[in-house]
Amino acid sequence: MSAIADLETTFTQLVEWLRNALFPTEQFTLELMGEHSHFIRFNRARVRQAGLVTDGQLTLTLMEQDRQSFCQIPFTGEWDLDLPVLKTALEDVRDELVYLPIDPYLVLPSLQESSRDVHVGHLLISEDVADAILPTVTDCDFAGLYAGGVSIRAYADSCGTQHWFATDSFTLDYSLFTDDGQAVKGTVAGSDWQQDKIITKLTQSKQQLQRMAMPPRAIAPGQYRTYLAPAAVADLISMFSWGGISESALQRGHSALGLLQRGDRTLSPLFNLSENFRQGLVPRFNSLGETAPIELPLIVKGQLVNTLVCSRTAKEYGKVANGASASEQLRSPEVKPGSLLPDQILAELGTGLYLSNLHYLNWSDRPTGRITGMTRYACFWVEQGDIVAPIENLRFDESLYQCFGDRLVDLTHTQEVIPDVGSYDHRDLGGTLVPGVLVDGFTYTL
Amino acid sequence: MISELSKLLDDVTVAADWVGFRAVREQRNIRSMRDAIPTQNGRSLSQGLMVEVLVRGQLGYAAVNRMDRESVHQAVENAYQQAIASSEWGIHMLTPAVRPKVVGQFIAPSLHAPDALSPADVNDILMRLCTTLKVSDQVVQTMATAITTSLETWFVSSNGSQAHQHFRLIETHYGATAQDGAVVQQRSNNGFLAHAYQGGWEHFLTDDLWARSLQVGEQAVELLTAEDCPTENTTLMLAPDQMMLQIHESVGHPLELDRILGDERNYAGGSFVQPTDFGQRQYGSELMNITFDPTVAGEFASYQFDDTGAPAHREYLIRNGRLERGLGSLESQERLGVPGVACARASSWNRPPIDRMANINLEPGSQSLAAMVSSIERGVYMETNRSWSIDDQRYKFQFGCEYGRLIENGQFTKTLRNPNYRATTPEFWHSLVQVGDRSTWQHYGTPFCGKGEPNQLIRVGHGSPVCVFAGIDVFGGGK
Repeated sequence: MSAIADLETTFTQLVEWLRNALFPTEQFTLELMGEHSHFIRFNRARVRQAGLVTDGQLTLTLMEQDRQSFCQIPFTGEWDLDLPVLKTALEDVRDELVYLPIDPYLVLPSLQESSRDVHVGHLLISEDVADAILPTVTDCDFAGLYAGGVSIRAYADSCGTQHWFATDSFTLDYSLFTDDGQAVKGTVAGSDWQQDKIITKLTQSKQQLQRMAMPPRAIAPGQYRTYLAPAAVADLISMFSWGGISESALQRGHSALGLLQRGDRTLSPLFNLSENFRQGLVPRFNSLGETAPIELPLIVKGQLVNTLVCSRTAKEYGKVANGASASEQLRSPEVKPGSLLPDQILAELGTGLYLSNLHYLNWSDRPTGRITGMTRYACFWVEQGDIVAPIENLRFDESLYQCFGDRLVDLTHTQEVIPDVGSYDHRDLGGTLVPGVLVDGFTYTL
Repeated sequence: MISELSKLLDDVTVAADWVGFRAVREQRNIRSMRDAIPTQNGRSLSQGLMVEVLVRGQLGYAAVNRMDRESVHQAVENAYQQAIASSEWGIHMLTPAVRPKVVGQFIAPSLHAPDALSPADVNDILMRLCTTLKVSDQVVQTMATAITTSLETWFVSSNGSQAHQHFRLIETHYGATAQDGAVVQQRSNNGFLAHAYQGGWEHFLTDDLWARSLQVGEQAVELLTAEDCPTENTTLMLAPDQMMLQIHESVGHPLELDRILGDERNYAGGSFVQPTDFGQRQYGSELMNITFDPTVAGEFASYQFDDTGAPAHREYLIRNGRLERGLGSLESQERLGVPGVACARASSWNRPPIDRMANINLEPGSQSLAAMVSSIERGVYMETNRSWSIDDQRYKFQFGCEYGRLIENGQFTKTLRNPNYRATTPEFWHSLVQVGDRSTWQHYGTPFCGKGEPNQLIRVGHGSPVCVFAGIDVFGGGK
């Protein structure tokens, strides 16, 4: 990939060319997603696959006379390569537009405040990554993925708005396994590789793994007092992005929060959810160049005070847009902390289950907020405040109106950032800031 | 393209044991409507080159979205360095045998090219579908989507491979949401984008399109007043559109050799299947016959070679209930020492090939639908997946469907809403007691099979007859 500065220059030149090529009645938006990424996949403390990916995609959306069409094309950062492709894309969408039906909820771009945000980090050169990680874990069954490099998100439109967001980042997402398949999970993320901290984290995980050496206990289905550690809470919060906090989903009967909105069910006054961009891990601008507020409270003391409203939804349903993405998903969620101190977690749990991670969540009945999924990694049976044994994995099936409502006992006083390590199509950015949660009576079914 | 790639390959100077180039060009057209209003009209082009270099027993890769000489040479150098840097830590010493020479061409059959319908034609059809689906004011949302794809891959290698494959694909969807107060129900045409096939518009513009869309709308409303699925242990009859999910999650994934090898444990998970199970384990009842079949015309994941050049053939994975082979590439077969299939596939040019399902089918049995229903004193019939969750060893699952029917005294009686069931994989497949005949067999597909690090979504196809399982826990919604 060309140097970041060159990519920005080419992107800007393409934007200028588009602005000059537009007919007076046309408007456009142009989005860029780019990355130069290094991936190393580990298994059994060895390298399974290693490689580099250089990728870039431009999405041109053309709007005219209440119609719109888009074209996604490669972006290399080379003017001579990218301009002809962009020209063809413009011709294609222009040719198509007149044949499309009118879109009554089309939102045109408007002049917004532009931004430029570049985070330069200190990452390992790719040839050094395996040597930096593996010597610490050669005595373990270690599996996972290192992903690092530069990620770019950019936006420009015919009104003159332009955003540029570039960041160096890495994630090391890993698991350590015992001989019988019990495991602990770890994730490290940042923009600066700090070797000492990585080794310390891996060493802590190895120590945690020793706890998993005890024979796992089979727990019968039923209801148990349960502590959900931050990573498990982050998984539950991710469900709010899938038929949850979206205004359009609520309007169309597709949201699990319909009961809350209508006042038929309540959440705990201890539960507070917001969209909080203060950590700066992800860009605040959306696909129309609009900038989200630095913090937007969504659920305050159990009450739904805001939903995520994109401009299109706002136009359709007469709402006020709040800078949400077109998908109205959480981009930088935070669950506010409670009062449970870290050293009191086991004592307050008493007898029940300590869940470090969950797996494969899905709505089992979305209108009633019921979620099913599995326990995974470092989950324990606890008796009178003492960890007794790891457990055989259990299936849960529980309503968010129970675990974040009637049965929510407390949240931890401290929060953790659970990095988003997804890499479908491109490396994801950001994470979820969450505390742990203590629930009285979490339902397990299998 | 083959000649261009071959010329670039001729210029490679790194001292490698093997070098391969896999170029991909994927062009998609997406059109979607909600409530007869356009929500998406557009196209995408993704193209690039995956370079793999084998040296010191390790494969390194580098992927770039440009194919000028300088960029390709840099990619070769980068892939070479990745292999060298990994060589001290490699999990297995590989040889060029895992990238066999392949020469050939495969062009998936298609009656109608993607551009046989204009954008206006497609939008007109989607709009009419939305209108047809809205059978009453209780229908609060209608949706219709059509996606066509032209996908070409070219593969050349230093051991003489020259292969070209061209796939034309179509994915369509329509559905309705009905609401009455707090009761919300969805019904769709066999699940989100489940009508996913190789070919063209012939898979969408079927004779039953309008009658079926009307039925989908009517069933969404019908579900509003239906009884909730009872909670009981009973006989479960599953339609092919739910069997697709059942086969995918509880047969396909557990049989992937890379899961058994541990590659996937940090993300998708492992498997309850052990290496010693192949050739030994009774996976399910003797009525269970599962094939890996990349030869079915029109099925979503048919192909002639996988993304490493291995020729693809129909193989039995499970025959008469006994596990015969796994879903593993030549790499995984060599590492694990068990038989596999040609299933090393990548989601695109920017991801390396890993063990993936393709078309995994349950072969037909001998029972007609009428005979199966009439044999059931009491049971529940379920259609169309709406919820799926299974553990990281592919053992404990819970699945939910859109539409159910109660079976009483050998007949369908009441419609049921929120039908769900849960079981463990071995228990479930051993309870397979009836398999429908060819007349009940249907195939569907999905573009959303997720796996791998870095993550990859890939296309799979699944065909199945109607099946009956004895003694399954079923239950409804709410709480």
